[in-house]
Amino acid sequence: MHIGVLGLQGGVAEHLEMLSRLSDETINPIEVRTPPGLRQCDALIIPGGESTALRILLDAAGLTDPISSRMQQGMPVWGTCAGMILLAQKVLYHQNLSLGGMDITVARNVYGRQQESFVAEFPIPELGGPPFPGVFIRAPGVIRTGDGVQVLARSDDQVVACREQHLLVTSFHPELTDDLRLHRYFIHMCTAACAERAH
Amino acid sequence: MNEAAEQYALNRDLAKMLKGGVIMDVVNVEQAQIAQEAGAVAVMALERVPSEIRKAGGVSRMSDPDMIKAIQEAVSIPVMAKVRIGHIIEADILQSLGVDYIDESEVLTPADEQYHIDKHPYRVPFVCGARDLGEALRRIGEGAAMIRTKGEAGTGNVVEAVRHQRTITQQISQLAGAAPEELMSAAKALQAPYDLVCQVAREQRLPVVNFAAGGIATPADAALLMRLGSEGVFVGSGIFNSQDPAARARAIVLAVANYQDPETLARISSGLGEAMEGLDLSDLQEGQKFARRGW
Repeated sequence: MHIGVLGLQGGVAEHLEMLSRLSDETINPIEVRTPPGLRQCDALIIPGGESTALRILLDAAGLTDPISSRMQQGMPVWGTCAGMILLAQKVLYHQNLSLGGMDITVARNVYGRQQESFVAEFPIPELGGPPFPGVFIRAPGVIRTGDGVQVLARSDDQVVACREQHLLVTSFHPELTDDLRLHRYFIHMCTAACAERAH
Repeated sequence: MNEAAEQYALNRDLAKMLKGGVIMDVVNVEQAQIAQEAGAVAVMALERVPSEIRKAGGVSRMSDPDMIKAIQEAVSIPVMAKVRIGHIIEADILQSLGVDYIDESEVLTPADEQYHIDKHPYRVPFVCGARDLGEALRRIGEGAAMIRTKGEAGTGNVVEAVRHQRTITQQISQLAGAAPEELMSAAKALQAPYDLVCQVAREQRLPVVNFAAGGIATPADAALLMRLGSEGVFVGSGIFNSQDPAARARAIVLAVANYQDPETLARISSGLGEAMEGLDLSDLQEGQKFARRGW
């Protein structure tokens, strides 16, 4: 299985490093920068970065439409932080950033600027085990979830992780921690999606 | 982890999210909006771009807080601002304004010829300039969460930025090949903290994100610094002193993201109009070089 990490800007190396640390021989992490690169992928991670810059770079690379259509065809996609903003169907005050995708509304910088960035621990029942260390950097927040959306985690009543079928979003950065559980969870989603397609 | 260590980690992590991006100097709201629309990952709010500072002479200081606040209101990307080397109070003021990063910058006139700011007590992150590995590690030792090579700001001449980036890369690879017993000697020669020297030897990279700065005027300049190992670039006078700032800003953003692709670079380098006027470094007296400020 080829797991792509969108390699245009932001925390790209960190996600690739986490995928390599899973030491799962069935997965092959690749950096995606072009439409041919995307065609090789069975799944895609959109990393943190600046969402305005990422959107401009996606458009310039000709990746916006191919990602949207692959998403509609069921390709698993995970967006962290800025990636979550791009995957939300609605983005408060910045609708032009949305690639479509998950039935949620997201607000940018809900916690404030860098001096309000923080680390918080919260349970993610789907993962089991101890609380997850959430690293929030100028983080966005989910302010509405549609009917089909499963809330995976809340931190202080704020929704911080959601799943809708083959799409996953987190407003924090698991790739900046040593906790591999969410990366493993996403790989399970990808394996299930691949198995489904094979039927 | 205690609270200060946690904040320092968060501050280094913000810089990681800027990687592969361009940080642009802006002097007003209109320029900040142009920068954001061009795809900048952050803006640096300052009173005058370095080339204007060079022309104007005199003492150059922290910007008017009103101007910084107006830019914070106008854009959603991180807003950085500069303080004079060693000017603790300017740093206190910028922290209270809630800027996302402080640049303790040699482009402004130094306030203290002996000491840089002790950056550990601050919540707000600092980026500092460096010409070589020792200078970078001294700033990190003081608490900088990000490094930029100094280059020679306001010249439109990339030669110093290239020199500084190459120097840091070479010094890191020397450390990587050193035996453990050589590292204390290396720390002495570099005038750098021993623990950070050991860390660089082990990890074969700087402990924080490193951008290039100082003299970048074209998309090709930006791509060159990326090729030499920078993780992103700062562009000062190069954008808003050129003929078509919006087009040049966008082209530099695309050049940094696509630095490995000559065909894309050829396409985006076309039709940008005149770049800023450049300075030959031999025309500068030693005392006029910003990079010599700080130690």
